Amino acid sequence: MKNTPIGISVIAAAVAAAFVAGCGPSSGGGEVKIGHVGPLTGGIAHLGKDNENGARLAVEEANAAKLKIDGKEVKFVFVGEDDQADPKVGATVAQKMVDAKVVGVVGHLNSGTSIPASPIYSQAGIPVISGSATNPKLTEQGFKTQFRVVGRDDQQGPAIASYLATNNKPKVVAVIDDATAYGEGIANEVEKTLKAAKITVLPREKGTDKTTDWKAVLTKLRGRNPDAVFYGGMDATGGPLMKQGRELGIKAVFAFGDGACTDDMAKLAGQAAEGLLCSQAGLPVEAADKKFLANYKKRFNADPILYSPFTYDAANVLIAAMQKANSTDPKKYLPEVASIDFAGVTGKIGFDGKGDRKDAEMTIFTMKGGKVVPVAVIKGGKTMPWAEFAKK
Amino acid sequence: MDTFLQQLVNGLTAGSVYAVVALGYTMVYGIIQLINFAHGEVVMIGAMVAFTIINLLVPSGLPPLAIVLIGAGCAVPICMLVGYGMERLAYRPLRHAPRLAPLITAIGVSIILQHLAMLVWSRNVLAFPQIIQSHTYFIGGAAITTVQIAILAICVTLMAGLALLVYRTPLGTAMRATAQNAQVAGLMGIDINRVIAVTFVIGAALGAIAGVLFGTYYGIAQYTMGSVLGLKAFSAAVLGGIGNIPGAMLGGVLLGLVEALGAGYIGDFTDLCAWGVPLQACEGGGHFILMGSNYQDVFAFIVLILVLVFRPQGLLGERVGDRA
Repeated sequence: MKNTPIGISVIAAAVAAAFVAGCGPSSGGGEVKIGHVGPLTGGIAHLGKDNENGARLAVEEANAAKLKIDGKEVKFVFVGEDDQADPKVGATVAQKMVDAKVVGVVGHLNSGTSIPASPIYSQAGIPVISGSATNPKLTEQGFKTQFRVVGRDDQQGPAIASYLATNNKPKVVAVIDDATAYGEGIANEVEKTLKAAKITVLPREKGTDKTTDWKAVLTKLRGRNPDAVFYGGMDATGGPLMKQGRELGIKAVFAFGDGACTDDMAKLAGQAAEGLLCSQAGLPVEAADKKFLANYKKRFNADPILYSPFTYDAANVLIAAMQKANSTDPKKYLPEVASIDFAGVTGKIGFDGKGDRKDAEMTIFTMKGGKVVPVAVIKGGKTMPWAEFAKK
Repeated sequence: MDTFLQQLVNGLTAGSVYAVVALGYTMVYGIIQLINFAHGEVVMIGAMVAFTIINLLVPSGLPPLAIVLIGAGCAVPICMLVGYGMERLAYRPLRHAPRLAPLITAIGVSIILQHLAMLVWSRNVLAFPQIIQSHTYFIGGAAITTVQIAILAICVTLMAGLALLVYRTPLGTAMRATAQNAQVAGLMGIDINRVIAVTFVIGAALGAIAGVLFGTYYGIAQYTMGSVLGLKAFSAAVLGGIGNIPGAMLGGVLLGLVEALGAGYIGDFTDLCAWGVPLQACEGGGHFILMGSNYQDVFAFIVLILVLVFRPQGLLGERVGDRA
């Protein structure tokens, strides 16, 4: 315990510094705090760190550019917090951010933590932009401070369904869900889109999020000869579903939402997973701006994993709005966020009335050699083959 | 017809696994009138151990069948040890305690084993390496895979072997004697502690094999898999008459069939439109289904309730007064 006095003095200094900073002016010039929240511990800590890195890179680049707001040079301070992907902790951390007087927040990573946090930011009037929360409910709550730069689950269902309808041209499609809010939601959207394309949809079959034996359902479906099967659910149940379907001799195309759009499907279903179709909100990392990818690699000595291009854009949107409003006061620059027209590394960013990204991209994947690989990008109802999109 | 035949095949495969698990419940109940609720966890541990071993051996390049056999070969002794351990540590000290005490203990053991497994193997759904190239055969329109054939064959062999053991060997005679009256059997020179321990160990070995079969059939294992599987097997044992060995076999297979046919046809039977109910959803060939195949797991428990109400001694059980 020899170090204790030093340790204490360091903490005391830090507290004092934080106190001084906390009392400092928050409008125009000086130190401006931008927060990021995501899980930095637990099962998806690697994704949380990836998200944080994206936002951190944006803040560091803004500092290096010596931006001037209201005539004064601003120094952005990055505040990263851990919400453990836990909704309760998410709300606590949101309060902490508000107390720390951040002027804008990037995050949270999960829908589950973003939703309870959003009223807290709303009350404090702090803009918050998520780069990865896809649950529609997040922006349906009506908070003016809530935005996201990633697509919604209910844009994903139509995307995969229309891809299926135009590329595989099925006559009869079977739709199965796992009776959860996510699974049922995406299955409903798929069914709606298919029916609109004049494709016959068989009566909905259901399992649960714990079902392991799908044979009864699949046997019943086999008797009706569908050309495609869509399953709204996660990979843990989707893998066995696809494996058992192939064992029963079902030759239909199997399609899934992002819950089952993972490389794990190849482990869970083995060879049977080859050729599945699935969708993800947003774009694969390699589609982001090349300069961003290189800068990220240089700064963090690792490649972006999943949503860091989106958190990078989210942080940049906040900074761009501050510049446009010529103020770092959340109340003053919030309207600029809502009306922003920003060229980010994930494409053009603008928000609709709810705070959702206009024309969010959806990506369709297929399973090839045990990995999900992109085959097409869907944006604004238009489908573009991946090879063509990647060239741009 | 194809569909019906296929549902029968599905039901038989699942049912034979239930039957093997149900044997573990029924043997223990037959001998000490204890419902060993931790038996489902033994099945889970069997699957998990096999998962670990198979995963370790996959890179070795051994033939797939050998890898699975080694996996099962490791799972069986470990589960036997678990079975022996719980009898020795949790149930034997309570053998003369009121009936409720060992029952609650069994639930406790089940929770402990489940959470130990969670610590060792994590909460995730584990994917069994799909190394066995399963070939699908079509018989009269019903698809049956090599894995399914193997499961049926193994389960029948296990059940036949157990029947031989119980009805044709001195150990089996001792087990049946202990089941009839432990005190008198003890006076006749039978080491009842040993016989009871052996019963647990045999039940656990069967459970381990069932776990490996379950894992290779569905391709997944999780630390919670034992609870529902265990409850279903328990229902199967009650259906056949708990304490009765042929009864457990019959009950397991019947339960598998009821489940497969139930889940396969409940949607059609609860479709209000098919019954001619005038609903808006029915227009233009629509459907309004009250209960879908997600009610599959419910059938086991409906069967359990019906049996308890109408034939508490089970299909093959004899009325044994208030022994239970």
